[in-house]
Amino acid sequence: MATPTDRGYTKEHEWALVAGDVATIGITDHAQDALGDIVFLELPEVGRVLARDEPLGVVESVKAVSDIYAPLGGEVIEVNQAAMAGPEIVNTDPYTAGWLLRLRLSDPTEVDQLLSAAAYEAVTEGE
Amino acid sequence: MTDAPLKQTPLAAVHRAMGARMVEFGGWDMPVQYRGIIEEHRAVRTAAGLFDLGHMGQVEVTGPDAAAFLNWVATNDVATLAEGHAQYALLCRDNGGVIDDILIYALHSWFLVVVNASNTDKDVRWLLARRAERTGLNVAVRDISAATMMLALQGPRAATILQPLTDLALDPLPAFGCAEGTVDGVAAIVARTGYTGEDGFELYFPPEHAERLWTALLAAGEPHGLLPIGLGARDTLRLEAKMALYGHELTETINPYEARLGWAVKLDKGDFIGRTALTAIDAAGPARKLVGFKMVGRGVPRADYPLVHDGEAVGHVTSGTMSPTLGEAIGLGLVRSDLAGVGRPLHILIRERPVEAVQVPTPFYRRPKRDA
Repeated sequence: MATPTDRGYTKEHEWALVAGDVATIGITDHAQDALGDIVFLELPEVGRVLARDEPLGVVESVKAVSDIYAPLGGEVIEVNQAAMAGPEIVNTDPYTAGWLLRLRLSDPTEVDQLLSAAAYEAVTEGE
Repeated sequence: MTDAPLKQTPLAAVHRAMGARMVEFGGWDMPVQYRGIIEEHRAVRTAAGLFDLGHMGQVEVTGPDAAAFLNWVATNDVATLAEGHAQYALLCRDNGGVIDDILIYALHSWFLVVVNASNTDKDVRWLLARRAERTGLNVAVRDISAATMMLALQGPRAATILQPLTDLALDPLPAFGCAEGTVDGVAAIVARTGYTGEDGFELYFPPEHAERLWTALLAAGEPHGLLPIGLGARDTLRLEAKMALYGHELTETINPYEARLGWAVKLDKGDFIGRTALTAIDAAGPARKLVGFKMVGRGVPRADYPLVHDGEAVGHVTSGTMSPTLGEAIGLGLVRSDLAGVGRPLHILIRERPVEAVQVPTPFYRRPKRDA
């Protein structure tokens, strides 16, 4: 799966797709592949305010629990209920239907600190 | 941590060539998954799966006093084990703590004892030391792990897949039956035992034939939906079938009664290591009990998560997962005996929040009865 160039990334294997002051957040294809079959998501409640890099929940595979960190700070405005009910969508469509949550950004300038697709690919090649 | 390289089964390179993700287990380099844990799990439940178990240990016990020696070191009654059958038993210490859970196979003129990979060195040392103490017994105990390769073929199609490859008649072989014969022309012990809750076979044969039998079984099984299965699915399968995993449901600080394995302890068979302590525990009742539970609130129980009641710790989860067959989160845990009981609640502490669960009958999964 190619790394979409329309969004930014973190070293923790999250992506953030920004439109105006709203960011959609998810995990990358590299992350879902490393996790294996995803069976459970624990995501924050709507209304919670997150700081950049704050742990916001977990993605659980059959064998392991993996923390997710906020790539950007903001208020949680939506959580992907379909993914909560059927977490395997995060394996099959990590960049589209498998999004995890949406934030209203506290500080849109934080977007500049995200990695580009090319920079993120360099990170994963090193792993 | 040792810098010693991981031990490899004869099939390690084959697994890598198949694209398996490898993981360390008990000092061994083992496949955790090939295609994916859930897909592999489902294959075993609906068709068949093939497991590389070359990491497990095998001990040969021979001599006129072999049964008497085994009856001294193991909790079950080996005197009732007939030739051509296998028996689940525990090795216990004097204080009743469990050293390992084992399978004892009674073959023609010898016993094969199969032990967990993580305990092979410990068990061999224990058995050799106990043998040395019993100077009056005419018995030989030998570690044959390096000379014994082990594969498991498990699932409803296992017998259909294996029959054309073996000279043994599988239909009359009962559950826990075992026999010496050939598989694909190779001398092998074929046993109707397993760790999945499905029908199936465990095969023991010389390691130089590992790749041959692995390839032959995969080829024979392919039209039936046979897949290679890693340790990830091995764990979810055994948990659904409520089978103990040493290091989780059994440890040196857990006794058989806590683990609900009193049926494998025959206190009346005569003296054996641990008998005094186990008799006392059985009489008093264990302080903790292993229970099965399903989650009611959202969350997945994992080993070592605390069990809490009215704000105090009352036990811990020994194993937990999202059950692929049931589609629900399930677990086993040791809880204070007065709180144990099917239908009663439990609270699992998941990331510092108590999440509700309910105790359920086990096993969580039983294979459907099939016509012969």
